[in-house]
Amino acid sequence: MSTTLNTRTRGWVRSVGWSNYVVYIGFIITFLYFAITQTQYFLDPTNLTNIVIQAAPITVMAVGAVFVLSAGEIDLSIGSVVALTALAAAVTLQQTHQWWLGALVGLAVGALVGLVNGFFVTVVRLPSFLVTLATMGLVAGIGRQLTQLQSVPVTDTSFIYLFGGGRLLGLPILLWWTAATVFVGWVLLRRKRYGAHVLAVGNSPSASRVSGIRVNRIRMMVLVGSATTAALAGLLYAGRLQGARYTLGESDLMTVIAAVIVGGTSLFGGKGTVIGALVGSLLMSMINNGLILAGLNVSQQMIVRGIIILVAVSLSLRGKKNS
Amino acid sequence: MNDTESSTMARGAEVHAPALRIVNLHKHFGGIVAVQPFDLEVAAGEIVALVGDNGAGKSTLVKMISGLYQPSGGEIWLNGERASFRDASDARAQGVEVVYQDLALVDDQPVYMNMFLGRELVKGPLRLLDRKAMAQKTQDLVDTLDVRIPSAKAMIRDLSGGQRQGIAICRATHWASSLVLMDEPTAALGVAETAKVEALISRLRDRGAAVLLVSHNMDQVFRLADRVAVLRRGKQVGVRSLADTTHNELVAMITGLA
Repeated sequence: MSTTLNTRTRGWVRSVGWSNYVVYIGFIITFLYFAITQTQYFLDPTNLTNIVIQAAPITVMAVGAVFVLSAGEIDLSIGSVVALTALAAAVTLQQTHQWWLGALVGLAVGALVGLVNGFFVTVVRLPSFLVTLATMGLVAGIGRQLTQLQSVPVTDTSFIYLFGGGRLLGLPILLWWTAATVFVGWVLLRRKRYGAHVLAVGNSPSASRVSGIRVNRIRMMVLVGSATTAALAGLLYAGRLQGARYTLGESDLMTVIAAVIVGGTSLFGGKGTVIGALVGSLLMSMINNGLILAGLNVSQQMIVRGIIILVAVSLSLRGKKNS
Repeated sequence: MNDTESSTMARGAEVHAPALRIVNLHKHFGGIVAVQPFDLEVAAGEIVALVGDNGAGKSTLVKMISGLYQPSGGEIWLNGERASFRDASDARAQGVEVVYQDLALVDDQPVYMNMFLGRELVKGPLRLLDRKAMAQKTQDLVDTLDVRIPSAKAMIRDLSGGQRQGIAICRATHWASSLVLMDEPTAALGVAETAKVEALISRLRDRGAAVLLVSHNMDQVFRLADRVAVLRRGKQVGVRSLADTTHNELVAMITGLA
């Protein structure tokens, strides 16, 4: 009996194996589709660069989300963290005119939200879904309260250069942020013990525990990491848009989760890929870009994105059921 | 394999003290006595079985030896030295490894990552994972112990139940410097796979491992163990050499019916 079970399992694995590559196939097909239908605008180098730049905050958040999902947790609060940290950074800049203080306050606020999430998940032992659902609302409320729904302009040129419009070695600075975050994320997940432990915890908390892995510490760290990447995304928004507003990051949660899942990370833990998340994020950005060029409005774009998430999650679920 | 890792199993000839010695070990929860004072020795190169009916106190005893429970009193000695365990990690650090019946492996990771789970090898100043070394050492180990798997890089998910338990046992043996504790290691396996795992356990003994085996399966106890300790209602009924006892005597000791 165990033999038939085994061969069946192997068959399943093979049949879902391609879902790890679906993002690359999807990326190429989408690229070709827009390249053919929207040739004159889409293939313009400025437009292609724009796709990557537009994706920067999403990519940064997606890297954090890969770790959270790989560990079998979820962080719904990232969209709210984006708004709060952008506002906190903008207000700090307004008061102090120190770019580094603005950035530091923004990142600290993000990390603090992550610590709060982690506290309720590891100490109070609530599911991260519920905890971050609550902090999502809480943090959004604080962001609205902070500036009475007012937008805050960012005028500090150093800050705008570093987190928005700057260029380094001829390339937009947002590209560097993207590359740096992806590289650090890749090293942490694939090359460090930390990544191995994150995946192990997501796969089997009990096996991890008896192997001496401090499961709660891993959970705390992925949640702090996720909130910190959301904070960095908030800084990137504030720098690029030269201002902050409570609506920033509002629809990003869905995009980030979609990018990560399409990229091949399991929604249920144990499997994660940073490179997949990068390609997923670029795919999302490219779809947005192409749909805009094709003349679709915001509502229609949301519909298309929603459908993509449904397909992606279906694939992810099928992969998990077989275990 | 370097010296520290290849010599993880204490050899009987070199270490005269038993790998495990427990003296007067007992445990009560409030007023309820779970295990009355219990004595046992397990030497290197010996398999000692622990048998008893459900609720006899086997798992309480096992949990004390693996660090999950604090004993109410008594002593644990490992290789002639007094030991006490703060928790399960502490027990592992002192050389007591446990093989669980529910396979404490990570499905979506390769064999070699499971072998080194929580103790991954790293290299260089950046302490990056040394996957190559881990895969190589794992391959050497499974080859030595004759555990048939496609490759050290195979995913656990793709292995059979027997192969998985083989990996779990290899891992425990590799890291155990004092004792390998096996809690119903074949409970989840079919007949053919059980035979393979039992053969593996026998090979471990031949290589000098000290094994404490908890089993419900009387035939398995007779096939594998050198000696057997019987628990009934928290009380140590007796220790027998398997050569000097019979199936019927053991059953009588377990059930209390002569």
